[in-house]
Parts: sequence; C-alpha cells; structure tokens
Amino acid sequence: MSVTPFTVDGKKVKIDSDPQMPLLYALRDDLKMNNPKFGCGLAQCGACTVHLDGHAVRSCVLPVSAVKGKKVTTLAGLGTPEKPHPIQVAFVEEQVPQCGHCINGWIMTSAAYLKQNPQASDAQIREALQGLKCRCGTHVSILRAIKRAQTLMA
Amino acid sequence: MHNKQVNAAQSGLNRRDFLGAAGGLVVFVAGVGLPMAACAAVTVGSTKPALAADELDSWVAILPDGRVEAYYGKVDLGQSLEVAIGQIVAEELDVPYAKVQVVMGNTASSMNQGGASSALGIQAGAKPLRNAAAEARRILLDLAAHKLDVPVSRLGVNDGVVSVAGDASKTVTYAELIGGKFFNSKVEWNQKIGNPLDIKVQAKVKSPKDYKVVGQSIARNDVAWKVFGTQGNIADVRVPGMLHARVIRTPVAGSLAVKVDLNSISHIPGARVVHEKNFLAVVADKEWDAVKAARDLKVTWSASTRPLPEFAKLHDHIRQAPTVKLDESESRGDVAGALKTAARTLEAQYLWPFQSHASMGPASAVAHVKPDGVTLWTGTQKPHYARDGVANLLKVPADSVHAIWVLGPGSYGRNDAGDAAMDAAMLSKLTGRPVRVQGMRHDGTAWDPKAPASVHRARAAIDANGKITGYDFTSRAFSRATIESNESDPRDSLVGMEMGLPPKGGVTFGTPEESYGFANKRLAWEVIPDLIASASPMRTSHMRDPVGLQIQFASEQFIDELAYATGTDPVAFRIEHAKEPRDQAVLQAAADKAGWQPRGNAPRDRTGAMLKGRGIAYARRAGTIVAVVAEIEVDRKTGRIWGRKFTVAHDCGLIVNPQGLRYTIEGALVQALSRILFEEVQFAPDKVISVDWNTYPILSLKDAPEVVDVVLINRPEAPSTGAGEATCRVVPAAVANAFYDATGVRLRQAPMTPERVLAVLA
Repeated sequence: MSVTPFTVDGKKVKIDSDPQMPLLYALRDDLKMNNPKFGCGLAQCGACTVHLDGHAVRSCVLPVSAVKGKKVTTLAGLGTPEKPHPIQVAFVEEQVPQCGHCINGWIMTSAAYLKQNPQASDAQIREALQGLKCRCGTHVSILRAIKRAQTLMA
Repeated sequence: MHNKQVNAAQSGLNRRDFLGAAGGLVVFVAGVGLPMAACAAVTVGSTKPALAADELDSWVAILPDGRVEAYYGKVDLGQSLEVAIGQIVAEELDVPYAKVQVVMGNTASSMNQGGASSALGIQAGAKPLRNAAAEARRILLDLAAHKLDVPVSRLGVNDGVVSVAGDASKTVTYAELIGGKFFNSKVEWNQKIGNPLDIKVQAKVKSPKDYKVVGQSIARNDVAWKVFGTQGNIADVRVPGMLHARVIRTPVAGSLAVKVDLNSISHIPGARVVHEKNFLAVVADKEWDAVKAARDLKVTWSASTRPLPEFAKLHDHIRQAPTVKLDESESRGDVAGALKTAARTLEAQYLWPFQSHASMGPASAVAHVKPDGVTLWTGTQKPHYARDGVANLLKVPADSVHAIWVLGPGSYGRNDAGDAAMDAAMLSKLTGRPVRVQGMRHDGTAWDPKAPASVHRARAAIDANGKITGYDFTSRAFSRATIESNESDPRDSLVGMEMGLPPKGGVTFGTPEESYGFANKRLAWEVIPDLIASASPMRTSHMRDPVGLQIQFASEQFIDELAYATGTDPVAFRIEHAKEPRDQAVLQAAADKAGWQPRGNAPRDRTGAMLKGRGIAYARRAGTIVAVVAEIEVDRKTGRIWGRKFTVAHDCGLIVNPQGLRYTIEGALVQALSRILFEEVQFAPDKVISVDWNTYPILSLKDAPEVVDVVLINRPEAPSTGAGEATCRVVPAAVANAFYDATGVRLRQAPMTPERVLAVLA
C-alpha cells in the first residue's frame, strides 16, 4: 500500500492503495465518481478516458502511482451544464448518446484531439478516433457532433 | 445513483407529504350534459390504491403543481421512447409535454408491460397509457363541470387549465381539481401482463387528425446527463456496506471447478471466496481487491469434453446435426411439384455465425437480500421479469422483491444483465450483505447469451417465360432462444444452472417477413440441439431483431439472385412481387431518394482498384416496412468493404417523434452494418475464443457511413408499429447485394470480412 497525491478536476486528493491499482478504480471506487466508465479494462474501448495534464489517457490500465502529483481531469471537470465544453454542447445538440456508456470516451478523446488538431478533416477524425468503441451505432451522429464542435471552437 | 429512479421510488412518500391530513373527497358528478345512466361517482382520494392494472392511479397521476407522472412498464434505452410516451400522455391530457414525467421500470410504481421487448414500446406499450391519460382527462372534465357548474360540453382544456366557452371568468386547473390526490377510479384490464397488457376506459382517445404534441420532434431528456456525467447508470449504483463481487466462470466450455485453492488469494486482505455447488465467486470490500482475487484465484477445472465443433466446420455441424423441431409457418400451393416441373431452378445457401450482444460495458447489478425483502438494482431491459426470476431463485414471494431498473451499458435483448442480477441476488443471500456484481470484459463477451448461427437454403422454380412458379426457404439453425428472452425463470440463468436447476431449453426460430406473392411458396425452419445442455457460454437468446438479420440476409439476397436470374432490375422485381401497396411505396421511396438506376446483367468494367456497387433489400417486421439502398466500396487489394451511403425508407404507421425516429433508425442501421461486416463469435472445440474487442471486433469510426438518408413515410391513419429493430434486418442483404453489384460475385457468408472478400474475388 502507498499513498498517491494528485489533483482531480482541480481538487487535491490522496489515494491510499496498492500502487498498481489502475487509476480508474481510484476514481470510481475510492472517489465515487460516475465517470469515467469501465468498458474493458484492456485499453480497447476508451470508456475510461481521462485527461492527464491535458492528454487523453486510458485510466483502466494506468497505475494510480503513475499520476502522483499530476492533474487529472474527468468528464465532470471538462465542462458543466452551466459552463459546457464546446464538445459537450455539440454532443447535446446532436443528441448523440443512446445508452451513453461510451460517451465519456468520445468526448474526452475528441476534446484532447481537437485541441491539438482544430482543423482536422473528416478522414483524420475517423482515423484518430478509431480506437474508441460505440455499441449502439451512434457513429454518424458522433461525426456530426465533432464537426459541429469544430465550428463552435473556430 | 440515477436520480430519476430514486425519485420514482420515493414519489409515494412525497405525495403523502403534500397531502397532509386531508381525507377523501367524494364528488358526485351530477351527470351534467350526460344521460343519467352515465352518471359517475368519482371518489377523489388522498390514499393511492395499491399498484394494479385496473386502477387508473397506477398509470397516471396529477401532482400538486399540475405536473403529470405517467407510470410506464417498459423502459427506454436511449432512443426517445420515453419522450414519445410522454408526448402521447400529454396529447390525451391536453398538457404541454414539458409537464409530463415518464416513470419507467420500477416494480413498485409500474405495471409489468414486458419491459423493452421486440420494439413494442409504442406499438403495445403506449396503449394503456394513452387510454389512461384520456380517461384521466374525462374524469377531470367531470370534476371541472361540477366545480364550475357548467356542462362538460362547454369545457375546453389548454395546458392543463380547464376553461368555459364564452365565460373567461371561469377556469380551474388540473392541479386545483386533483393535484396530489388520486382518481380512485377503476379501468377495465384485459387480465394480461407483459406486452399484451391493455386497459379499456370510458373515455374516447383523440383522433390523430387532432394531434398537436404527437408528431413533434421533441428532444430527449436523457442526453445532457449522459454528456455531462451528472447522473449515473447501473454501473454507478452504490449502496452503503456493499461488497464488490466477481463471478468466476470456466474458461473451458462445459467444465466445472474441481478444486479451489483458497490460499491463492490469501495475499489480498478482505477478499474471500464464495463457492456453492458449481457457483463460484470472490467478494471484497474494495473493488480492486475483488478484481485481483478473481485474477489470482487458482481453480482446477475438470477436463474438457470438447463440446463445441471445430470453428471452420460450424455450418457443416448445423447441416448434419439431428433436427429437434421443424416448423412450416407458410405453405401454399405445390412447391415440390413446381420445382420438379420447372424450366430451370435456382438454389443457394447462406451462412450466419454466432454473434454476441457484446454490450459496451459488462453487466453489473446490486442486490440486497434482507429478511423482510429484496431490493434489486438492475440494468436488464425487463425489470419486472428479473424481479420474478430473483424471487424464484431465492424462493421468496415476488411481491417481496423490489426491482429498480437503472439504465445499463447497452441493451439489445437478453445480454449479460440478466445473469448479473441473479448472481448479485444469490451472492447477497450467501453473504448477508448488499452485493454489487460487475463482469469483466470476458464476462460481457464470452459469457454473453449469443444470437444463433444458421444455414439458410433457398430454392426457386422458374418457368420458360422467366416467371417464378415456386419458392422454398428453409432455415436450419440453433434455437433463437435456448434461454428465454426474459429472466423470470432461474432455470434460464447461469447461477440457477450452476446451483443444479435443470435447463429449460427453448426451441424456436423464424421465417422471412415480406409480402411476395409467389404462387407456390413454403417458408420453414428446423432447429438443431444445443452444443452444451447446461450453463453454456453458447446458450442463445434474443439479440436485437432476433433472427431477423440471419433470415433476411439470406432471403433478400436470394430475391436479388432471382431478379438477376430473370433479367429483372432488383427494385422492379421486388415491386412486382410484393403484394402490399405500403411495401411497394416503401421500395419506391427508397429507390427514388437514392436515385436508383436500374441494374441488369450487362457486362461492366470491374478492373479498378476500388469497386463501387449499389444494392437494395426490403422486409416487413411486425407491421413496419423498411427498405434500404446500400452504396458500398470494395477495395480489391485489401478486401475491405466500406458502406459509404445508405438510403432508408421507413413506414411504421403514425410517427410520434420524427427526429427520435431518425436517430433510432440510424443507430439500428450502423449496428447492423457492424454485424454484417465484422461480427463473429470465434471458438475452438474446448472454449470460446471471442473474449474482448480484439477477438470480437465491431465497426469502428473509420467504417461509419458518410451519409445516412432517411425517408420517413408517415401514415397517421395506421397505428404506430415498432422502429427499434426493423431497419436491422435489411442492412445485411442490402450490403451483400451491393457487393454483387460491385464485384459480380456473390458472398453468401456473414460476416463479410476482408478475408472472405479476398477469397471470393480470387
């Protein structure tokens, strides 16, 4: 057991745990956060994505000890209904999620990607986000929402 | 926690708070404007009658502030169904949609309307709510007539305010009439539960020509909380004092735990093994400890009996296995005779694999078994049946189990959610603590109930003039549901079977749904035995549009083959043979919107690196009619198929919410595209190989269509039929027919993977 201090959505936290425990369990079980989600535990789907110092990472395979002293941002920290991130505005306007279990991954990953690549083309977006999964088949509206977000962010 | 469900569970209490000590108010409506025989004694009461289908209060309530609650016994899985039901209730009550809250899937507040089932959410599920809302309005007008002392015929309602024609000084609101109190009024229940549950009422429902709210594209309520993460789904239900559990199931198909080495997890403090008969699990206070214990627990499994066929010989197995049951759903004329005397015959076989729901997250559930009752939080789409199943498993009365549905991580039929609920209940009973069960990825894929694999044989007789004189279509397959599509019987659950209950083993399949009027026609199915009798990872159950994709992949490809064999354009052939005018209109609408150019047998240049093709398919599904034109690209070098553009024409009768319908169709289409291009459960004789997203690939964003054009055909004169599943069944054949158009070669086996494409093009 060891103590890992880090920041989540601007708040300082300390997690006393097996240092190999993935960050996901610190967020979901210790801190009782509803996002990110467990999808596979294998970094194959993206449902667990958070931002680590601004970069999208898969929290299901990242040991909690690796985030010591770093800044973790979750979906709740990306934006709120009162102060939404443009990606969230676009996903609401396009009515994207069906079951919604994957949506954390799409929003967190595309937010980090568009920050670096605001002008990305349709083909580039398809390529960049192909490691995410959606089982309800909302891909067409996801693409519409990302394009809408690009306009909002321009 | 999912606030909506919590509110629903507590709403009875809230109401009592509002009501205070007020007693029942009896209003004798003096039959104003009515013949005396129709005089009604309306007893507005302050106590809610017990939940029962023949109580109006079990369907609809007016809250103290005039808002309306509607109690729905099905659930919405993120496809606007909740909104559509709210629109229908708002319409009949003459209140704005925004005032209606639909309370779903809680066994304490909703009747068993069958849960999510066969896209019947509006088709069947809206009926009692529509009737109840109309009845509530009728009673409210009676109350208003009494209060305002005018005949009902002079009353009108706008936004829940009753007013008198020609006298603006007289108004009364629904809230003033009954807010927070109860109708205490009986309705006539048809004595059925589940999908067919309906009620009859005195009130007349509105004519569709008067609809104002129904037909509007009203946005969903469940989008924002998902996008902002402000509420949770079933994975986020946390109960004080709960244990985290992982159920351990054999990686070797059909084998049992012979020895469990308890010392192998002694390094994980707080983790312990629960082992009862063949049911094996680990529990711990911390979730990560449960995950580690499941990973590290040393189990010796019994030797494999190699119960599965070789993967490459699955369809030979289906052909050669004994027939358990044969069913002829349609047989007219003399098919055998027609085939014998035909100028020529056409015959083809089509193959479909096992597929998995493989929901986005593995299922989870929380159960708390206490001496005085059981509380179950479940993501199953049929919570009332899960309540019954848990009661039967634990041998307690059904009314002592309270099931609370909380949206799951994807639900397309009976997936792993049903087993998670039963597992949680058993573990709570065995440990005496509330227990949260969650699967790991392999539980959600390898142990998910599967959609059945099948072989479809189609034959046709063609006379000298190119006329189809005989048509025979037979599916030979595993049963579509070796376990029932609902969880009411623990014999259908893994834990039930592991605890020694004998499996039931359902036997059924299906036939194509179309209106082709061939003179001599036979549609039939044959089902073969299960591979493993008990606790099988290959057990089957309903997966979105159960067997619709399998069957129509074959039948609508064969129709295409017949069109080309008789030198007819595939659209023209279908319009010629489909006998229902609505079917013909749907086919024409899809072709028109897609700018369909007649296809034929003229030689084409197919030497390019990227081949392009168009194909059409059509089907009916329980009253809904859908046609899809697929436009695809085939990369000759890599074998990759891209479904670039789809045009859907869709007729499901009266449309309640056009935008919600479009999104529903789009999702159904893309999921079906994933199933035809990518999805196949792989296995070896001793185990399931498909355990995660690498071994069970699905469609990625790269493969998403560029365009999905949806033509909605609204038929206000026809009752609404289902929309959640019909589109699924036509996509596979539309893609396969486009593949033939592109390449000149038929690919009759799903999924149409690059390997199979390269093999048929070689």
